[in-house]
Amino acid sequence: MRPVAIIGIGKTPFGAFQDRDLRSLAVEAGEKALHNANVRPDQIESFYLGNFAGPSFAGQNHLAPYVSTALGIEGVPSTRIEAACASSGSAFFHGWAEVAAGINDVVMVVGVEKMTSQSTARVSQILAEAGDCAGEMKAGSTFASLFAMIARRHMYEYGTKKEHLAAVAVKNHANGALNPDAHMRKAITLEQAMKGKPIADPLNIYDCSLISDGAAAVILAPLERAYEFTQKPIRVLGISQASDYVALDQKADITTFPAVRLAAEKAYRMAGVTPQAIEFAEIHDCFTIAEIIAIEDLGFVKKGEGGPFSFEGNTARTGKLPVNTSGGLKSKGHPVGATGVAQLCDLALQMRCEAGERQVPRHSLGLAQNLGGSGATCVVSILGVV
Amino acid sequence: MRSGTVYTETVIYSAPEAFAAEAPYQTAIVSLEEGGRVTVRIVGERVVIGDKVVEVEPRDGVGFFEKKAA
Repeated sequence: MRPVAIIGIGKTPFGAFQDRDLRSLAVEAGEKALHNANVRPDQIESFYLGNFAGPSFAGQNHLAPYVSTALGIEGVPSTRIEAACASSGSAFFHGWAEVAAGINDVVMVVGVEKMTSQSTARVSQILAEAGDCAGEMKAGSTFASLFAMIARRHMYEYGTKKEHLAAVAVKNHANGALNPDAHMRKAITLEQAMKGKPIADPLNIYDCSLISDGAAAVILAPLERAYEFTQKPIRVLGISQASDYVALDQKADITTFPAVRLAAEKAYRMAGVTPQAIEFAEIHDCFTIAEIIAIEDLGFVKKGEGGPFSFEGNTARTGKLPVNTSGGLKSKGHPVGATGVAQLCDLALQMRCEAGERQVPRHSLGLAQNLGGSGATCVVSILGVV
Repeated sequence: MRSGTVYTETVIYSAPEAFAAEAPYQTAIVSLEEGGRVTVRIVGERVVIGDKVVEVEPRDGVGFFEKKAA
């Protein structure tokens, strides 16, 4: 396997953009990445698109060549990957594998979702299709309700408190307020976060990520060629994807995500690092409880300690392990198919010292964790400065 | 009818399109006495983790359960 580097990144702002369609968002991110990497469209040898529900949200299928040709990328393999909220994390994994295996050198991975053209009830319905439609979803579940049930059980088994969940939202909003590309650039107080509109007990509106439009792109190349394109390559030190049951009620223990643990173990082994060596992370906080469980499953804290660890400020920008300096899905926004690649762009920004007001001092080794559904897919990537 | 113990539960206020008219309603994952777990709707009194519940009726393949009388 060849060492692989990220040689360019590009993102649209995340938000609700009435005048933008799926393709224009994906093209904007892709063109920014091409420019960032000093790569021409005809130098791209393979194209991956991470997208969850373009056909349902935007009424368009066959999306990969639909986007790549609009970027001027013609004739090469153009592949869409769908893995719910982990769609573009998975697309990145497959793009990485192609470069690592020596099949192609210069590979672009774009993630995109256009969600805000539909009502919230309709969006919930489309998102629910990432669950088990013959079982849990037929009973009236939503993704918020699945994570609410996870939170309830985590509270029951480990004493996790509502304040712990709220602290995650407060922290991520504080970070997102400093991110010019974030959907909701607004700091909130713990009191506000505790008293939001109920969505699915014990989760309220402040525990839930946003319904957003947006796209993100990266370009990969073999590390040995990276300096042809950029002075600031970022190395992919470790990466893995793992899977689990789609239906939450099939899992033996819903307070942990085996796919996260499996993907993390392999990624740590490939990178040759321990969880304690990681300096900062972008975590899949689709709901506040998901961030708390992720920092446990990734080995940053012991099982059950994620709530107090977060509440005590350890994951703040100034804490010992800054988590979601971008604002996370909670404040930056969660255009489902864009999220995985956006996390990698946000790690890269920190590693290139381009994160502006939210720059953290320790930024040479970062981890991204991208979760699909209620844990059926997870991609963990570990990036390092070269 | 099936019976079991509430493993976890939630009350849903923001429902998907198909169930919007019924909100708020409670769902639960129930550990069945016969083995296995299933996601169900709760009718009547709200339940919490550890409550014993019994199936009232299956409707369109979904179990509707209620709290077992003490």
